[in-house]
Amino acid sequence: MERTAIRRRLTWQVGTVTDVRRETETARTLVLEVPEWQGHLAGQHLDVRLTAEDGYRASRSYSVASAWTGDTIELTVEQVPRGEVSPYLVDVLKVGDPLEIRGPVGGWFVWTPEQEGPVQLIGGGSGVVPLRAMLRAHAAAASTTKARLLYSVRRPESVIYVSDLKELAASDDVDVRLVYTREAPAGEPRIGRIDADLISQYAFKPEDGATTYVCGPTPFVETVADLLVAAGHDPAKVRTERFGPTGGPR
Amino acid sequence: MNIVSPGFTGRRRGGTELPPGQYLTHEFPVLSAGPTPHVRTEHWEFTVTTESGEMYRWDWPALMALPAEEITKDIHCVTRWSKLQTTWKGVSLDTLLADVETGADYAMAHSYGGYTTNLPLEDLLDGQSWIAYEYDDEPLDPEHGGPARLLVPHLYFWKSAKWVRGLVLSDTEDLGFWETAGYHEYGDPWKEQRYAGD
Repeated sequence: MERTAIRRRLTWQVGTVTDVRRETETARTLVLEVPEWQGHLAGQHLDVRLTAEDGYRASRSYSVASAWTGDTIELTVEQVPRGEVSPYLVDVLKVGDPLEIRGPVGGWFVWTPEQEGPVQLIGGGSGVVPLRAMLRAHAAAASTTKARLLYSVRRPESVIYVSDLKELAASDDVDVRLVYTREAPAGEPRIGRIDADLISQYAFKPEDGATTYVCGPTPFVETVADLLVAAGHDPAKVRTERFGPTGGPR
Repeated sequence: MNIVSPGFTGRRRGGTELPPGQYLTHEFPVLSAGPTPHVRTEHWEFTVTTESGEMYRWDWPALMALPAEEITKDIHCVTRWSKLQTTWKGVSLDTLLADVETGADYAMAHSYGGYTTNLPLEDLLDGQSWIAYEYDDEPLDPEHGGPARLLVPHLYFWKSAKWVRGLVLSDTEDLGFWETAGYHEYGDPWKEQRYAGD
């Protein structure tokens, strides 16, 4: 592989919380103004660092939830039971507070509007966060690339970005399909996990040449990625990001 | 920089010291860039290619025939979890490289599925790395890199390439998969070398 030309050191920057949005009972979106932010690609993540009065620090990585359009960045954080950092970000941090961040990081699980071929997004739970950033980048670029999101959630109240996804799905080029695993809204007959049938029905076909992004808890990603490969998708075009409770306390 | 996070108290822990910025987990999280390759041992092989192009090759029975070691080490993932006292069984790279003639300084590990990661050759020698095929007394699961993975516990765990299938030795340092994508070329957890330039 090629050596990258510039390997610039990432430094800690101070952002300010300008808005917060409750997404679900356990997830919240933070809107940050970060004067020094150089921009990011959809799908990249950053590190957040918290410092207590006595200097004790804890850091975690979070996917950026928004596309970069030159003003703010958004993080959506799902509270992890017994977590150290996520409960603070979901329940304590408030508008006007500072937040130290460092990034962006990651050059693989990213989508750019210049990329060729359709884009298939498959998210489980809060795994939808970087995928939402990709759909936001798609909208910001007024891209005509065909994009599909399969989003697996437990129940209607677990859906993050409800109104945002409706707005994004209004585009002729974007298709959003929710999959309910425990409880479905009225009129939705199907309850169950993503399986081979659903993949063949709603995902792009192997011959469509789509790049597929799968994000969610490890068992979800393992299952979906295996289903895609079994259905004939080129493993090299399936990009994954795993996290959630098995990723340890966030 | 003197930023305090208002209202943050944190959860301090005593005991074992972890590398900076890490937290302790008792689970075994998974991090991979793509689908998990399922490689059968009857098709598995491990090769070492020297800078002059000479290739050394082991199939599964050949690997099993080599003296194995029990390894107990702490592991540190760049995504910030550390897991202490993990137990493995595998063959030391000292054993595998004993008869390999090379003056190379660098190695690129290649995996089934296309993953690569770069390491200085000296970090693979002197009891510092293994081809591991058992974890916790069980055959290594595919999602954790089975049938066999590289184990280099003194570096961030992305250097411990899952589904390893070979090393290519070289006089020059090339960058692997995550190293090209913005991660540090060496990855010492105690120096917190997470990202390029750290």
